[in-house]
Amino acid sequence: MTPAIEIEGLKKKYWKGKVVTTEALKGVSLSIPKGEFFALLGPNGAGKTSLISILAGLGTKTEGTVVVNGVSIDKDPDTAKSFIGLVPQEFNFSIFEKVLDIVIDQAGYYGITKAEAMPYAKEILTALGLWEKRNDQAQTLSGGMKRRLMIARALIHKPEILLLDEPTAGVDVELRRSMWEFLKDLNEKGTTILLTTHYLEEAEQLCRRVAIINHGEIIEEGSVKELLGKLHITTVLLDTVESLTEAIMQLLRGEPLVREDENTLKLTLGPGGTMNEAFRKLSSVGVHVTNVRSMGSRLEEVFIQLIEKKDAKDATA
Amino acid sequence: MKSPTFVGYKTMVRKELVRIFRIWSQTLLPPVITMSLYFVVFGGFIGSQLAPIAGYSYMQYIVPGLVMMTIITSSYMNTVSTFYFAKWQHTIDEILVSPMPSWVVIAGYVTGGVLRAFLTGFLVVIVSLLFTHLVISNIFILFAAAFLTSILFALAGIVNAIYAKSFDAISIVPNFVLTPLTYLGGVFYSISLLPPLFRHISLANPILYMVNAFRYGFLGVSDVSMVHCFAVMGGFTLVMLIWVLVLFKKGAGLKK
Ligand SMILES: Nc1ncnc2c1ncn2[C@@H]1O[C@H](COP(=O)(O)OP(=O)(O)O)[C@@H](O)[C@H]1O
Ligand SMILES: [Mg+2]
Repeated sequence: MTPAIEIEGLKKKYWKGKVVTTEALKGVSLSIPKGEFFALLGPNGAGKTSLISILAGLGTKTEGTVVVNGVSIDKDPDTAKSFIGLVPQEFNFSIFEKVLDIVIDQAGYYGITKAEAMPYAKEILTALGLWEKRNDQAQTLSGGMKRRLMIARALIHKPEILLLDEPTAGVDVELRRSMWEFLKDLNEKGTTILLTTHYLEEAEQLCRRVAIINHGEIIEEGSVKELLGKLHITTVLLDTVESLTEAIMQLLRGEPLVREDENTLKLTLGPGGTMNEAFRKLSSVGVHVTNVRSMGSRLEEVFIQLIEKKDAKDATA
Repeated sequence: MKSPTFVGYKTMVRKELVRIFRIWSQTLLPPVITMSLYFVVFGGFIGSQLAPIAGYSYMQYIVPGLVMMTIITSSYMNTVSTFYFAKWQHTIDEILVSPMPSWVVIAGYVTGGVLRAFLTGFLVVIVSLLFTHLVISNIFILFAAAFLTSILFALAGIVNAIYAKSFDAISIVPNFVLTPLTYLGGVFYSISLLPPLFRHISLANPILYMVNAFRYGFLGVSDVSMVHCFAVMGGFTLVMLIWVLVLFKKGAGLKK
């Protein structure tokens, strides 16, 4: 089956006059099958917004190919755009317009008349808790409501692919959960979703597949499970009988052990690492372990580890 | 008609019209007041002292030029302000992400400019009737000149807005280019009254041809031939159209 999004060797340079100021994307390739819930995870400045903007037709690319539902954005940009709904990172509606008008006018740009758009506008505005606000000016909405207004606007033409650029930035926890539920539901009904986030829990909760982007390059890609498994990062907490004095910690230097509190050590095991070595070392310095508690391994740590590893490599290169 | 393209176009035009009427005190009222002052001061106080030009009273002679001045300013101001504001507020993104072809987007903005030009032009004509009476000698030329000129300046407004990086940049052209060229474009006099040197310099001013074509539509008199007038208007409109299309194609000033 044709993938929903197929990106090959995508490069993006920002210019100031004839000088390249930033190379925001350095040859990104990604293939996202239809029906996927995909997260593009990366810190600020990684190139996420640049990539989303190119996909949505808001940004130009320097090099590479982008194919949406089998349609090249170079050959037929208008058709490619018709498959996509975009929820941008920054608010970009007119704050003086009414909520319903913003959604209905957007439908118009996609060739849908007001009469045709109305029933669905009502449905999604209701689902997003905005129907009561339909006749209010957009500037009267709270931050979370503005974000949901942009989701409604992006969905009004029933796109097959939804792009969300940091959709929950600045949205409170309660609302974030309900937004997640909404997106999960949408995905289950068949919409392909690509979201960017630097919020790891989001990727972990929502997405099946994750690509980690840093400095304009994809440094890892796979299912959330694969990513965790691949790196075999396990963190365990060790309760000790002896107090962990400065002197003992000195003796443990060089081991993957961190003092959590008076009687707790945190042991991080990388790929191939075993607990035996750590235990041997601990008994050699006279520390007895009474209990081992697993912390599991979280995407957060994988993410940090990957970025650190990459940065270290860059520094030595 | 319900083709997607037409629905998109209609949506844009509807938004433009709503805006023009919502802020009518900024869009429709100013030219009416300014032109009323011109009629009182130039046409009434000063004009009454002057000899008729080409058989028409001074007031009658300047009305077509002043209406044309209104058309030029209104069409230009409409696109430059809506387009620049859309860029500044990033609402232009709503249009750029949509599958509407560029030419439809351009047509939508231009139609907004043309509609505002015709609305204000019409109001100013009505007001002028309080001061004098008008004749229409060629209604086809009258409308063709108004139509072409408003398209031309609506397109020019888009070009200005695309290049503009600040609100200041959208007032430079109206203040330092449009106003002088219009004043020197034969609105207030016939260039046949000028010394030969200035008469020749005036012929290089494109606005002269628009004012004269429009005046010909009303009064049947012109300093230049209609063939030249329509060649100039058509030529400049074509150049502007191509310029706008190229800018859209490149995404210059629009896309990141
Ligand atoms: N319009 C722009 N002009 C110049 N540089 C830009 C522009 N937009 C983004 N950048 C730069 O490109 C890099 C990637 O930015 P962006 O795509 O916004 O990253 P992210 O969304 O992951 O935070 C950053 O270094 C940023 O400063
Ligand atoms: Mg971003």
